[in-house]
Amino acid sequence: MGLEHALGDSILTTKLDAAINWCRKNSLWPMPMGISCCAIEMMAFAGPRFDVSRFGSEVFRFSPRQSDVMIVAGTTTYKMAKVVRKIYDQMPDPKWVIAMGVCTSSGGMYRTYSVVQGIDQFLPVDLYVAGCPPRPDNLINALMKLRGMVQKGESRGGSPNYVGNIKMDKPQPLPVVAG
Amino acid sequence: MNNLVVERLKARFGESKIEPSEFRGELALIVPKESIVEVCRFLKEDDELKFDLLADLCGIDMYTPVKRFGVIYNLYSLKNKHRIRLKTFVEEEDPTLPTVTSIWGTANWHERETFDMFGIVFEGHPDLRRVYMPEEFEYFPLRKDFPLMGIPGSIPLPKK
Amino acid sequence: METRTEEVSRKTKILQALEDQNASVSFDDPLENDMVLNMGPQHPATHGVLRLLIRLDGETVIGCVPEVGYLHRGYEKLAENCTYHEFIPHTDRLDYLSPMNNNTAYALAVEKLLGIEAPPRAQYIRVLISELARISSHLMFLGSLAMDVGALTVWMWSFREREKEYDIFENIAGARFTTSYTRIGGLAQDVTPETLAMVKKFIDEFPANLEECEQLLNKNRIFVGRTDGIGVISRAQAIDLGLTGPGLRACGVKHDLRRANPYLVYNDLDFDIPAYEGGDALARYYVRMDEMKESTKIVQQVLAKMPVGDVHAFKPKKVLPRKERVYTKMEELIHDFMLVNLGVEPPVGEIYNAVEAPKGELGFYIYSHGEGYPWRLKIRSPSFVNLQSLPTMMMGGMVSDVVAIIGSLDPVMGEADK
Repeated sequence: MGLEHALGDSILTTKLDAAINWCRKNSLWPMPMGISCCAIEMMAFAGPRFDVSRFGSEVFRFSPRQSDVMIVAGTTTYKMAKVVRKIYDQMPDPKWVIAMGVCTSSGGMYRTYSVVQGIDQFLPVDLYVAGCPPRPDNLINALMKLRGMVQKGESRGGSPNYVGNIKMDKPQPLPVVAG
Repeated sequence: MNNLVVERLKARFGESKIEPSEFRGELALIVPKESIVEVCRFLKEDDELKFDLLADLCGIDMYTPVKRFGVIYNLYSLKNKHRIRLKTFVEEEDPTLPTVTSIWGTANWHERETFDMFGIVFEGHPDLRRVYMPEEFEYFPLRKDFPLMGIPGSIPLPKK
Repeated sequence: METRTEEVSRKTKILQALEDQNASVSFDDPLENDMVLNMGPQHPATHGVLRLLIRLDGETVIGCVPEVGYLHRGYEKLAENCTYHEFIPHTDRLDYLSPMNNNTAYALAVEKLLGIEAPPRAQYIRVLISELARISSHLMFLGSLAMDVGALTVWMWSFREREKEYDIFENIAGARFTTSYTRIGGLAQDVTPETLAMVKKFIDEFPANLEECEQLLNKNRIFVGRTDGIGVISRAQAIDLGLTGPGLRACGVKHDLRRANPYLVYNDLDFDIPAYEGGDALARYYVRMDEMKESTKIVQQVLAKMPVGDVHAFKPKKVLPRKERVYTKMEELIHDFMLVNLGVEPPVGEIYNAVEAPKGELGFYIYSHGEGYPWRLKIRSPSFVNLQSLPTMMMGGMVSDVVAIIGSLDPVMGEADK
């Protein structure tokens, strides 16, 4: 009733935020931080069989200035952690981080002197994908969950001005786990 | 082929310097550290033996009070398709050894790795710095007294 | 309201203050200095986390220092704390483009130390999976070199072929890659006839698909222009720098460990070793394309000659017994318990065993004190040694050739950094 009834079928009304988030979710450009074996599965995820460009991620922008999502794929060592953090800081808001594989989630099978036991020690992570390496289907599942988060406007990182941001000082809800 | 190598080496350097041993068909020779460069040069330049490819150079921590660290050279001959191994041992208080970079150019990075992991200093090396760990790292990871999980705080992590 | 004279004097004082400022800046003419370019660890075309510091004079490279170690995971220290069986999944992640080959190399090294041999059927299957892994690794090389140079279609086609191989690996071992398929003394499980039929179908169609990719690249003026005469290394320099594998064979040295020191059943199989003169990127490309064709021949011979039999050696105290006997017989239960908890116990001694991996000579040096885990395990990784020859290849070239040279050398950082 009301305005929609008066306008007819060919006009949709929605909130501006929802429309913008719909645009964002359908054109997520990932920045692949491909470090080791998970990078090969990420390349297969972009390859002809598990095509990711049908979800809007047509280009894998290796430049942080032009991307929305950073997919960290591969074991992060202490030497590499500085570089990953620097690239993350260069990404414009809003931004999300997917920790792909067990090495980024918790250190994986490497409990050694040079491997960071999970990238959430220095980055705010939105999604953890389990597997060593996770199948590309699993990564597509993670992408679907991420699209849900983008539509609602949630992000664990990013600036406080971003609408719907989860503030870092309040107790956090559990992050989404795929796979 | 193994016997030929031992004969030629003993003829050139004398009985006392070379201690051969064999295991599973592979020859290993223990050489004192002062003569390692001469032995390597002889093995590379001799026309019959011709060990022109240095396949591997690694360090080993025996964790004994005397002669703690060893350096192992795995040599390969493209002409004879034969492999041998040379071993030298150094003390813990003075872990220095002359470099073989002038004989095989590939020893450059291998010696840097051995320095990084064990702390064995190679004299005469053109560019001895760490290769795997960050420059400021103070410890030597592959020594037996370094724990597997590392020493917390030894490498800084960026803030969240 | 200020008068005109006050306004003039105020302006003059400000201008005076500006002129009095100490503004002595000196810089050299930027046209006369070298530039240091950092191709950092995060870069689309460096095949992983390799950092290159390049010194440029305009566009010409006059110096280069590669920096590795951004993926150092501490394998050798891990090996000192794992039993020999527990280390098998770690060998998958070394050269993660051909994991089956690394598994075979490690199993052969430990078997040499123990003095046992796998049964004939296991050896033939190991040759089969090693050659399939070699095809998979070279397909990735083809795709990445073409993509780095600009031909994106070839990358998509080579990934299509790799997906077919992944299906085969999934049938054999259960995982797409990172299979951990070999065991000490044999294999994890036998290969079913359906899988062998899949392999046959793939190998029968493969030469035609490879021909399609070659038609796009071999006579392409852009591809040839970007790789011919680029990254030249001479034969003497290659041997001195320890380059092995396709890089050495592209300099004219016909050296292949499958023929020089044969292992498994390569002696009974008929294949050639391609070698080209020139030592440039195009020669390395041709060597790898021919190697893929030779691997096809080997796989076809193996499929024809495969014997029937067991895939586990019968050596009770050294090889893990089969599960159905573990659950029913007492001795096998005890052996299984001892082997899993304490590890296989080799004699005191040391060995070095090398195989021909797709990237070069992959060697394992194991020093054992007689316990269940090695005292020292050193992995001689081909990519680490091949990367040492990068400055020699890049000297005098242009900065846009750096990407083509790295692509033709095909390093894998998981292996180079251990």
